[in-house]
Amino acid sequence: MGNPLLRVRSLSKSFGGVKAVNDVSFDLHEGEILGVIGPNGSGKTTLLNLITGFVRKDSGTVEFRGKDITKWSAHKISNLGLVRTFQIVRPYATLPAFKNLIPPLFSPRIKQSTRGKLGDRDAVAIDVLEEVGFERDAYVPYKLAGSLPLGYLKRLEFARCLCMKPETICCDEVFSGLSMAEIASMLPLVERLQADRITLIMVEHRLRELFRVADRVLVMNFGQKIAEGSPREVMKDPQVRRAYLGEEVKL
Amino acid sequence: MEILIYGLINSMLLVLMAVGFALAYSVSRVPNFMHGSLYVLAGYLTWVFLNRLGLGYLLSILLSVGTATLIGWVVYKVAVIRVRGMPVSEIIVTFAISLTILEFLRWLGLRGATYVLPPFYSKTVTLLGVPVDSQRIAAVLIAAAIVLVLWIFTHYTKVGLGLRGIAQNERAALMLGIDSDRAATLALALGSALAALAGITIIPMGNINVATGYDVLVFAIAVCICGGLGSWTGTILAAFVIGFAQMIVVYLVAPHLAMVVALAAIILILIFKPSGLFGRQKELEERV
Amino acid sequence: MAEDAIRRKERLDRGVKVRSDTVYAVSSWKEILFLLAPRAALIAVLLLAPLFVPSLYWQRVICIMGVYALLAIGFDFLAHFVGLVCLGGALFIGVGAYFSGCLNHYLGLPPVLTIPIGSIGGALICTIILLPTLPLRGVYFAIVTFTYPVFLERIIVAADILGGTDGIPGLSILYSTWLSQYSILSVILLCVFGLRRLVNEDIGVVFRGVKDNDQAIRASGLSVTYYKAIAVFFAALMGCFGGAYLAHLYGWVGMSLLSMDFSVFPLVATVVGGPGTIAGPLVGCLLLVPISEMLRAFGALRIVIYSLIMVFFILFWSEGLVNWARRKYEQFERWVRV
Repeated sequence: MGNPLLRVRSLSKSFGGVKAVNDVSFDLHEGEILGVIGPNGSGKTTLLNLITGFVRKDSGTVEFRGKDITKWSAHKISNLGLVRTFQIVRPYATLPAFKNLIPPLFSPRIKQSTRGKLGDRDAVAIDVLEEVGFERDAYVPYKLAGSLPLGYLKRLEFARCLCMKPETICCDEVFSGLSMAEIASMLPLVERLQADRITLIMVEHRLRELFRVADRVLVMNFGQKIAEGSPREVMKDPQVRRAYLGEEVKL
Repeated sequence: MEILIYGLINSMLLVLMAVGFALAYSVSRVPNFMHGSLYVLAGYLTWVFLNRLGLGYLLSILLSVGTATLIGWVVYKVAVIRVRGMPVSEIIVTFAISLTILEFLRWLGLRGATYVLPPFYSKTVTLLGVPVDSQRIAAVLIAAAIVLVLWIFTHYTKVGLGLRGIAQNERAALMLGIDSDRAATLALALGSALAALAGITIIPMGNINVATGYDVLVFAIAVCICGGLGSWTGTILAAFVIGFAQMIVVYLVAPHLAMVVALAAIILILIFKPSGLFGRQKELEERV
Repeated sequence: MAEDAIRRKERLDRGVKVRSDTVYAVSSWKEILFLLAPRAALIAVLLLAPLFVPSLYWQRVICIMGVYALLAIGFDFLAHFVGLVCLGGALFIGVGAYFSGCLNHYLGLPPVLTIPIGSIGGALICTIILLPTLPLRGVYFAIVTFTYPVFLERIIVAADILGGTDGIPGLSILYSTWLSQYSILSVILLCVFGLRRLVNEDIGVVFRGVKDNDQAIRASGLSVTYYKAIAVFFAALMGCFGGAYLAHLYGWVGMSLLSMDFSVFPLVATVVGGPGTIAGPLVGCLLLVPISEMLRAFGALRIVIYSLIMVFFILFWSEGLVNWARRKYEQFERWVRV
């Protein structure tokens, strides 16, 4: 099995008196898709924020490829290849879609990997957009980001991550707000990311769609990890059922 | 021993200067740059009422505090409200108004030893072997009283609790029906009143001049930043730390360096613990 | 149904503007003229002004205006393109002036060396001392930039260093008024057009992100603090150049170079001239400095007037002159029945 790509141990974070994340530990293995599910307020997004350095941890450690990134700031972690999407997408509305990808192309990670010979950033941006499904012939990449529907904006988020040449993408509810059809069209993109050997952590609410792609699932409730395993195992777990449905439901 | 007593006094004076700013900022999130100017304005107005209009001291004080409060209220309602949410414009507007007031007073020629307010009570007392004039004692007592009153106000009255709610968590308070605009107006008006009170309490110890306006603003800001914008205990603690530090420096090194200590305190805190001594980290980070 | 038509104002780009938006603009004189006219007019006004002013006094005014313009441009860049409100233009002027003044006075270096060294060195110093505020919200930057000049003033007086209250006299003066005027004017034009180019380049997108959406910038692997520092350095560079220039214009550095005037005027010029345009503050200075000179009789009341004008503009005419003019120039309005 080898060493886990990401090793999270005993992460905790309180806001005021509320323990948003309470002693959560798990491993992430290279190439897998790990889903993180749980009812509203269970701390899923906070967990993501803690791992990617956007929120300071109260306690616990995070190791990525053996490096201790617990105290690292968000931009350093992104530069390591551990990137994330945002649940609420806020693009530069008055700029064309491809201009939104300029910042990641400026990052030290890209500058290093291309040794400063990135070439025309605009062209690279448009190529990446095409990869995530922006139809070049219909000039979609040139449309103002503020005029794009949500499905495209979510893909823009993926594009932003891809511009960083990531190893791992933490997806914060990428399916939320999308129609069933839009989600169905996003799934091949997710599968393609996995085929490109990018590891994914997907925090999601839409269980059915998530279970189609996730290899393993982690369930959270009230900030704690209550179950971990394959989608099937986890849905059979009575604790998980109680968390979602409130009571033991006999089926 | 002198350092102890004078340090204590200085700290309480800082508390007096800082509470108005802290209150206004924690509720409305607008840094009230007018703080220093209202401080001086109150002193000047009291002088005018006292000496040009011949009104009684107490009446002059009440009128000038009232005017300052009114100005704070009006400024919010007319100016700041239009630029809420645009931090650049908010800062520029309050800064501009403070300049208007202070430079206007400077133009009127507030200089010289004649512009003095009489102390409340002329007596010198000896505390633990250290001579202290009664105005300072009065200031300390007033500062303590104000802190107490504010604490009771924000913990036990409906309005005060509303203000505290907005300060802690604006969204939640809005959901509970507390009007954030009215709260902010009230907070700014109160903050202005407190600035004025600080002015008329402390100015009798020296004279009225415009430079004090800028100094007081810097001191108030230093105390609030070091204490953590939004934390009561922190602000008071910070006032003591800075107050004592200033006294020590002033005594042992040179008298003009009070401002230097304040600025050094700001820079040090920003480097080592930006959220302030007791501030909640929430302020600065979690903005996802 | 009553004939109460609801009318609204509709704004459309003028024909010539639409035609000149694309690369085909170069194919027609009319379009080229349309594009060039405002810029040419600005350049012409600036470069011809020294030739037309009546007296030496006014030539000095042009130089001073230049310094204020540099500060105002820097302020606009920091405030509206990076999100940092700098209330301490006096800091840049003071540091630049004292740095090059000291180089000239204590080390005997000539202005041609002290001005560049003073600008760059001063900018470095300013950036470093402002560094602690950069990871934090803009209000801290505003407070600290406001405090530093006051603080420096006090230290200089209290410790009686760097000439104390009297300042350092007897510095080398720029040897000709033509040189003084044209040097600052060319620097201004360089900065204005250079900055406008900069914000339209890719790095401008990064700065915009720093201002509006710094979480996305962090998620893109960029350090917000680093880019803010770069922006501050550039603004400080312009300001310190202004200070160094002033030192050798007057032949003297003193506390008046740390006065509040230098902090306030850029604000007013930006707000009046047109925030967010880089050229707006320049226009603001062009208008306000001569007016300010003519109002000299009012003394300290001038700052009061500026502040009131500033408040008025922010509240009621926040687009400023240049934005307004540009809108009129590029678009026409008409009432349309809805």
